Amino acid sequence: MITTTIARKLAMALSGLFLILFLGQHFTINMTSVFSEKTFNFLSHFMGNNLVVQFILQPLLILGVVFHFVMGFVLEIKNTRSRSVKYQSYKGSANASWVSRNMIISGIVVLSFLGLHFYDFWVPEINYKYIEFLPQDPDRYYGELVHKFHSPFRVAIYALSFVFLSLHLFHGFSSSFQSMGLNNKYTRGIKLFTVAFSLVIPAGFIFIAIFHHQNG
Amino acid sequence: MNLKLKIWRQANAEAKGKTITYSISDISPDMSFLEMMDMHNEQLIQQGEDPVAFDHDCREGICGMCSMFINGEAHGPDRLVTTCQLHMRKFKDGDTITIEPFRANAFPVIKDLAVDRSAFDRIQQAGGFVSVNTSGNTQDANAIPIDKHDADKAFDAATCIGCGACVASCKNASAMLFVSAKVSQYALLPQGKVEATDRVLNMVNQMDEEGFGNCTNTGACEVECPKGISLENIARMNRAYLTASLKG
Ligand code: HEM
Ligand code: SF4
Ligand code: FES
Repeated sequence: MITTTIARKLAMALSGLFLILFLGQHFTINMTSVFSEKTFNFLSHFMGNNLVVQFILQPLLILGVVFHFVMGFVLEIKNTRSRSVKYQSYKGSANASWVSRNMIISGIVVLSFLGLHFYDFWVPEINYKYIEFLPQDPDRYYGELVHKFHSPFRVAIYALSFVFLSLHLFHGFSSSFQSMGLNNKYTRGIKLFTVAFSLVIPAGFIFIAIFHHQNG
Repeated sequence: MNLKLKIWRQANAEAKGKTITYSISDISPDMSFLEMMDMHNEQLIQQGEDPVAFDHDCREGICGMCSMFINGEAHGPDRLVTTCQLHMRKFKDGDTITIEPFRANAFPVIKDLAVDRSAFDRIQQAGGFVSVNTSGNTQDANAIPIDKHDADKAFDAATCIGCGACVASCKNASAMLFVSAKVSQYALLPQGKVEATDRVLNMVNQMDEEGFGNCTNTGACEVECPKGISLENIARMNRAYLTASLKG
């Protein structure tokens, strides 16, 4: 079914929305670190040791990310191949926004960030729990988080990546509703929500990084 | 007005084309773009050169033939017009105008600026019709009451002239706007409902077979469409296609 263009669009939309759901959850937990070390440690420990989260939700998430970006590359290749002879003059900005035309660029930046993020948090986490079998320490998460944001260079990379995530969502969120066939009187509302969401969530993530850099 | 024209010249489908620069003078701002092209061709003929091949027919914005990609946009810089409705007053004296054929693998060049858009015909043939008994006892269409909102939307969709500007403008060379207009003009009417499932499945499959790209909702098509066909039609087609797929 994923072979037709419309099915591919739907797959892109559903996997994208799934990632947005995850983003909201991740944001909520991270935000608690600003207000309460205890809450953050509690939630992180829960997420890190709950069997459903670890062995059902986490693999599902990884699958979702991989599916989404592989599909993104498939789309990109198919689309460049649909016009082998390029225009000498092509005024893309006359009729479509930069973000909508460059989802692959914002996507690749987000993907590189995810690579770094895996290296920063996920790899040490797996190492801690499943390779070295270090003893349980429900209070270690906050310290690990703050430690990561010591380096101003890392904070800058994080901030830049979230700017690109913002661009990606700016087009992607409302676009996924169009892909699913929803374009009606609520579309204006969805577009407004998209603007708010794609500004507030990435800005919040950047705020958290800077906050811990300043106070860590 | 004096202008420089950079025009794509290609002898035939197999030939390797190239851009050739020409100068043209004494263009009136009141001329249409096609009249300017005619004048240019007359000069070429007088000089014993091959005139530039380009498609045109009605010259009043209803046939959709006049495909040209002008200064980076389908049908040029103006909105809601075809090339034949574009006037030279939209340009300035001394301008350089780049004129290219509509580009998409599904629209191969025939010669110069003329491209083969029969892919659209094949999509139409795959389902863009209603089967009506025409043996003499055809029912009067007005005998079936139709919701005014639906009737208006179906009519709006039906104003698509099949020009291909949507494909030419789309960075993905996607034909979704055209196909969705052709699906919608029937899907909204009772006469079209009977064959709705097969229509959308067949037309979308044909669209994919022709090698058009995959829509990513940039919205360029809607902006460049001379008839203002709305993206709403694409959403409707997505919806119709997905429900039709579930029926099998
Ligand atoms: C947290 C990460 C991400 C989120 C929340 C996300 C979200 C979305 C959403 C909602 C869409 C719109 C789907 C549609 O229009 O139907 C989308 C499209 C897309 N994404 Fe992502 N994405 C993420 C990561 C990535 C990555 C890593 C890539 C890597 C290349 C990528 C590449 C694309 C591409 C090429 C499109 C297609 C453009 C389109 O159809 O509009 N995305 N994304
Ligand atoms: S949808 Fe608009 S741009 Fe596309 S073929 Fe129809 S009239 Fe032309
Ligand atoms: S020549 Fe018919 S629309 Fe332009």
